[in-house]
Amino acid sequence: MAADALDLARWQFGITTVYHFIFVPLTIGLSTLVAIMQTLWVRRGDKRWLRLTKFFGKLLLINFAIGIATGIVQEFQFGMNWSEYSRFVGDVFGAPLAMEALVAFFVESTFLGLWIFGWDKLPKRVHLATIWLVAAASTVSAYFILTANSWMQHPVGATFDAQTGRAEMTDLAKVLTNPTVLAAFPHTIGAAFLTAGTFVAAVCAWWMVKLVRAGDATKARDVYRPGLQLGLVVMVISALVVGISGDLQGKLLFQQQPMKMAAAEGLMDSGSHVSMTLLAIGDFSNNPNSVHRYVEIPGLTSFLATNNWNAHLYGVRDLQQQDVTKYGAGIDYIPNLAVTFWSFRLMIGFAAFAGLLALLALWLTRRGRISGNPWLSRAAVWALPTIFLASTTGWIFTELGRQPWVVAPNPNPEGVDMVWQLTARGVSHQVGPVSVVISLVVFTLLYGVLAVAWYRLMHRYTIGGVEDDPVDPSPDNPANRTDEADKPLSFAY
Amino acid sequence: MSHETLQIIWFLLIAVLWTGYLVLEGFDFGVGMLLPFIPRDEKERRVAINTVGPLWDGNEVWLITAGGATFAAFPEWYATLFSGAYLALLAILVALIVRIVSFEWRGKISTPRWQNAYYWGLVLGSWVPAVLWGVAFGNLVAGMKIEPITTSVSNVAGATTRTTLQYTGSFFDLLVNGHGFALLTGVLTAVVFLAHGAVFLSLKTSGELRERAAAAASRLSVVALVVGAVWAIWLQLAYSGKTWTWAALVVAALALAGSAWFTRARSAGRAFASSAVAIVAAVVLIFGSLYPDVIPSSVDPAYSLTIHNASSSAYTLTMMSWVALVFTPIVLAYQAWSYWVFRKRIGVAQIPEQVAVTFTLENANPAR
Repeated sequence: MAADALDLARWQFGITTVYHFIFVPLTIGLSTLVAIMQTLWVRRGDKRWLRLTKFFGKLLLINFAIGIATGIVQEFQFGMNWSEYSRFVGDVFGAPLAMEALVAFFVESTFLGLWIFGWDKLPKRVHLATIWLVAAASTVSAYFILTANSWMQHPVGATFDAQTGRAEMTDLAKVLTNPTVLAAFPHTIGAAFLTAGTFVAAVCAWWMVKLVRAGDATKARDVYRPGLQLGLVVMVISALVVGISGDLQGKLLFQQQPMKMAAAEGLMDSGSHVSMTLLAIGDFSNNPNSVHRYVEIPGLTSFLATNNWNAHLYGVRDLQQQDVTKYGAGIDYIPNLAVTFWSFRLMIGFAAFAGLLALLALWLTRRGRISGNPWLSRAAVWALPTIFLASTTGWIFTELGRQPWVVAPNPNPEGVDMVWQLTARGVSHQVGPVSVVISLVVFTLLYGVLAVAWYRLMHRYTIGGVEDDPVDPSPDNPANRTDEADKPLSFAY
Repeated sequence: MSHETLQIIWFLLIAVLWTGYLVLEGFDFGVGMLLPFIPRDEKERRVAINTVGPLWDGNEVWLITAGGATFAAFPEWYATLFSGAYLALLAILVALIVRIVSFEWRGKISTPRWQNAYYWGLVLGSWVPAVLWGVAFGNLVAGMKIEPITTSVSNVAGATTRTTLQYTGSFFDLLVNGHGFALLTGVLTAVVFLAHGAVFLSLKTSGELRERAAAAASRLSVVALVVGAVWAIWLQLAYSGKTWTWAALVVAALALAGSAWFTRARSAGRAFASSAVAIVAAVVLIFGSLYPDVIPSSVDPAYSLTIHNASSSAYTLTMMSWVALVFTPIVLAYQAWSYWVFRKRIGVAQIPEQVAVTFTLENANPAR
């Protein structure tokens, strides 16, 4: 178990997971948005929504493929690189993964095929139901994956069996209703909808501005303005969900993983009436003594953590001492302070770009207006990458803030004794550094190439714009009721 | 239910999941592997790809579920196998990733260079896992270099140590395992999937492509029968140690012969059912010869991972049994429905013209 194999395995997990989660939020949110667009088409017979369904549907599929492809790595990687972890937690952690596949992923994949190829085969309403099933299943899928992840943050419903030397499940209902997942689920799904809402709003805003400036106000008003409005509604609602659930998560984290939150707030010393700092600077030694805090708002951290401006909170130094007593000496229980502090703030900051786009767009398109304002176009182009980075930094915070644990201890008194594991103990014993170097290099190169292809396709199909007069290939459409045997498929690879 | 009954149920369930995967993804691998050989032009290639277009993704979930179920029900099996076969799994993962994006992305850009790259992504992405899954099963049957390893699981004072059964061999050992038995299993899966895929093509296409697929299927079925017979007898004599697995062997042989027969009789539906039965029988043979081991140790039988020492707790297995009991029939129902929706044959006439889309913007939407 060479230390370098551990570091390499961690880099590989970080790279493959962050990469996978670039595509996942867009897939989850956009499949629902496309389902809404198609519902508007089916219910109102309004062709504008068919145009938008087809347009965003293509972008969804480009994105779906790479999300599925990189997801398989996630399931296999636990056994390949983290087999000691898998042995220790499999009795508990394997269950939500298996349930995800059986309950959700089967639905998602089967009905996605039916949606893509079923336009001319299924009655309109049945075809509409397939995209709703895809959207619902991808959301349920997220629930199970978050259940698994939340158990690593805050193990519940399990016990340490001294005889088998592993964590064993005692209560599946507790695992599935872990307060951590009940807060993480709305936050993550909210973020997915915020991502998709921003994506739709930004693409439509960019097109609207472009068309208005080119003098094609009719198309801008007919097609892209309604798309922009849908994106904006989704953004506003999901931003509320993200904010409220985020606040709830913060409060939970102060109880469940106080070290993570102390690091996130740059809080080195325990105290009452703890102020929030906007800026903390330290060197890269991870030494609490090197951290200096600037621009403080008195009492705010205490308030955010507990709803009480004067609450007492533990700082990094005291928490380290407590952990040494509880979990053993000789281990640095402090996560990377700089990464935890800044990823937390960047998550919030990146999401704020989306707010800028939303405010500008809401104002410029108020009461039926369309806009050719170049600043709207610029805000759209900026909000596109930053909303993805908000999710990325959010997960970097969640995962790196949990270190040095892979399964963080549950600090509750009635908690689950001995159900914890240091990341260093979770790595595969029999997989040498050479193997991990090979896989790390292969994955990084492959993912790099695919990222370029994904970006070029998304870009190309975005600037392609909506089709002017898409056919309605449904068997319900009287125009399609021919006896021609060799009628071309409505869609073919 | 007793812990042992649950362990047996989950051993059977995992065999069922692998059966579903190999029967279903088997034909879509086969179609991908046959792309350079059966279709003669771009239109025919697209016909072949589109016969599996709506189905491959749902087929692949059987693998994801088999992986997840192994993790949940037999964590030690999952951990030892996946870390032990590290580089082989890496190759499979890379192939599957490339294959998935190739299906979805190939037709999105119409330049020959783009389409050619993703065409090879489909072909190689089908060949590599078709061979390597076989090698993996060959290793399971032949036994792997499994030995006890003691690791420390806790950092608390008086650290708890744990002895687990782990793979201590190399990647190369996996390839030469069983004096060629593992490699032969790889050849077997490749040949069987080729035959299965060709039968599927003859069932789902029309015109000249169908004729060529049927001709290929009848030849490949015979090859599969020969390789399958050698493989199954080797397995039975060298590794099984059980009399009843002869029955699975006989069924597999009859089914492969039936597939060859029905192909010649131009009864593609029956031929496909036969090659599916042959794959089922092969999986029965593999899992039957393994039981009660999940990975036999070639070092010392005492070190073998079995359904008993690799499994999850009785509680976890009970809970997962309920989930499987409720959801497996539902999955089977809607997957069957999706196969029914896409039951029709397709031919070159049904393939729409490729829309010209390149990365240069001249032919982007005229509204630009």
